[in-house]
Amino acid sequence: MSIEHRDDTGSRFGMWLFLYTEVILFSGLFILYAMALTKYPTQFAKASHMLNIYFGTINTLVLLTSSLTIALAVSAIQMGRIKQTLTLCWVTIALAIVFLINKYFEWSAEIGHGIYPGSEHLAEMGPGITTFFNLYYFTAGLHGLHVLIGGTLIGVVAVMTAKGQVTSDRYTLLENSALYWHLVDLVWIFLFPLYYLIL
Amino acid sequence: MSEHQHEPVPYRTFILIWAALLVLTVITVAISRVHLGPLNIWVALGVASIKSSLVIFFFMHLRQESKLFKICLLIMLVILAIFIGMTFLDVLYR
Amino acid sequence: MSESTTYTGFWQESPRSGILGWLLSTDHKRIGIMYLCCIIATFIVGACLGLAIRLELIAPGETIMGAQTYNATFTVHGILMIFMFLIPSIPAAFGNLLLPIQIGARDVSFPKLNLLSWYCYVVGAILAIIAIFSGGGAPDTGWTFYVPFSTQTTTNVNLAAFAAFMLGFSSILTGINFVTTVHRLRCEGMTWGRLPLFVWTLYATAWIQVLATPMVGITLVLVILERVFGAGLFDAARGGDPLLFQHLFWIYSHPAVYIMILPGMGVISEVIPTFARKPVFGYWAMALSSLAIAFAGSLVWAHHMYASGMSDFAILVFSFLTFIVAIPSAIKVFNWVSTLYKGSIELAPPMLYALAFIFNFAIGGLGGLALGAAASDIHLHDTYFVVGHFHYVMFGGGGFALFAAMHYWLPKFTGRMYNHKAAMIGWALLFVGFNVTYMAMQTVGIQGMPRRYYDYLPEFTTLNLVSTVGSWVMAVGLIIMFVNLWQGVRKGRPVGKNPWGAATLEWQVPSPPPLENFGEEDPVVTKGPYNFKGVVADEY
Repeated sequence: MSIEHRDDTGSRFGMWLFLYTEVILFSGLFILYAMALTKYPTQFAKASHMLNIYFGTINTLVLLTSSLTIALAVSAIQMGRIKQTLTLCWVTIALAIVFLINKYFEWSAEIGHGIYPGSEHLAEMGPGITTFFNLYYFTAGLHGLHVLIGGTLIGVVAVMTAKGQVTSDRYTLLENSALYWHLVDLVWIFLFPLYYLIL
Repeated sequence: MSEHQHEPVPYRTFILIWAALLVLTVITVAISRVHLGPLNIWVALGVASIKSSLVIFFFMHLRQESKLFKICLLIMLVILAIFIGMTFLDVLYR
Repeated sequence: MSESTTYTGFWQESPRSGILGWLLSTDHKRIGIMYLCCIIATFIVGACLGLAIRLELIAPGETIMGAQTYNATFTVHGILMIFMFLIPSIPAAFGNLLLPIQIGARDVSFPKLNLLSWYCYVVGAILAIIAIFSGGGAPDTGWTFYVPFSTQTTTNVNLAAFAAFMLGFSSILTGINFVTTVHRLRCEGMTWGRLPLFVWTLYATAWIQVLATPMVGITLVLVILERVFGAGLFDAARGGDPLLFQHLFWIYSHPAVYIMILPGMGVISEVIPTFARKPVFGYWAMALSSLAIAFAGSLVWAHHMYASGMSDFAILVFSFLTFIVAIPSAIKVFNWVSTLYKGSIELAPPMLYALAFIFNFAIGGLGGLALGAAASDIHLHDTYFVVGHFHYVMFGGGGFALFAAMHYWLPKFTGRMYNHKAAMIGWALLFVGFNVTYMAMQTVGIQGMPRRYYDYLPEFTTLNLVSTVGSWVMAVGLIIMFVNLWQGVRKGRPVGKNPWGAATLEWQVPSPPPLENFGEEDPVVTKGPYNFKGVVADEY
């Protein structure tokens, strides 16, 4: 007795629910941010200016573009264009790597200047700036972890597509990986102005 | 069981949305260099919300999904607003 | 009485045989049984710790353990009972066993994810056990992990927090599965208005699991990061705010208590109509009040923080909202009692536990109002009144509901019936012992005895002695209950499909149910879940 258990809509619905858990996870950090911003408006502005707005903006553009490419990949597989699907997946992953490399350089510079959680230099600059950078590192760090997870997920799905396990008839795995990737983009869409653009 | 598949969204649509997202990014960076006092944060959050809506409705296909999906998103946003808003009841009034 | 202990149905039918047929099973029933075994084991360990606490408190001064050991004991007692026992208990064990069958489905929406959730639970449980016996020793912060102590103590907070994180992740996966399953897999004719009330509560609970649990996830991660990096996120001197920890913690942990009680309320809503042989009074009120409890429960978390130093305005708002959340709970109590009115009542063991639930929950709920009112809470906060209150609702409510579920549904899933007389004796001792133990606590709490202290003033001695003796009576009752159930499922009389004469779908399939729950054809439902017309109980 084998009953077809497939439910693509249900599968997507479940993925959306999982994304909501991720939103709530990050929201804890954003709550801490909101309360601290209320308490230390000028220090937050000062700290924000210490972040590199060029790295931040470039990374925003990189992630937005990667969102485009993975969305295109889903359309591609729906239209049966498997080769394009694969190309778009690999481009997405390449952009994710670019994001992480940027982060590496950005953080190396900051850490080189003595700005990292628990550092003496940070403590000297006062509680407001200390809190800003603590939250910045934890939030961007958690986000970076999700970039890594999302990129890996897309990589696995790309390999499965190449092997014919994900097809134009059965592509929910790709859709769900794309949804996860869009979440990664959404978190950054809020993270960027709140940390890099405070005046 | 044949699954009802959604129509593929044309590449053109996605590219247009992406262009809009880039423009909105430029706007948010530009506005952030102008002193608007407390308004700055709200403008930034507003633009971020618009960008998010584009990603959610177009890139994430929410536009094509059933009402159930949209209601559940609303439920999550309401709960989020409650968590953030009611914490402010403490911090703002100490 | 049959001596054989081989079960039929899903116990035999499996894609794989032997132990792997269980450890790799994606059958919701096998996963439910595995969860049930784990949570019973956890309960027994947690109960022993509770008895140890009561033994220490039998007299003032150090009795069997010093202060540090005492702190670790009540911390581990809380972590085990809350994260490893109560939160998963009814949803993960009985929810898994029943949800698909009650809605006419073959399994949950994501069977593999279901198995993953069990493994996350097991990993969390193992890590918790390791945390107790390794490194700096068992955590001593209380299950609430409050900063600054939790970021400074040298005990195994990191491992314990990570264990709780894994347990939370298990809970999230179960929630995602259940919400999707209820929306997507109801059989033909199973409209929302024909869902068993147990399903409504599992659904509402699943939403809380999805939306609230991640908040404790990030909170625990932040504690670990603080301990590792010493950043100062909750240190006022470095711009942090220790009160924000409490907000983030209780944003989950208050809705968590509704995770612990709502499915229990669902069990009661199944048991009472069956043993009053009457449809539940006010079906839609019961269904919607479950959703209302879930929603309102997310608005009141800071009633745990009246004495913390937060703003008076917040105290006012949260106190007011706390009174609101009592309303849907009260609606349920009134409706259960109304169901009994003019019913044909049979005092079978599940019914005894259900009635005890109503009594205990009512007392616990009233105590909750005394705590929810900010003025009285200032005196009652961190006293034994709080300890009595939450044991009344979580143990007297949630725990007794679990016992009701075991007595109601174990015959269905094993095909065997336990001894009713022994069950009643166990129940009586448990009920009496429970009320003696915890009413004494509520009283000594009003008199001013603080909680989480291993010593107390001499004037509290008598009531503490009474409470400890009560705990022994309770322990005897629990032993009788567990031994009776164990013997029942091993050697009890075989039962047919419907020993209780109930009307929900699980009673129309064999006991135990087959692998895919129903026969060749998917079930078609034409009547409501409490329509007893034409329903005949199988003799046993």
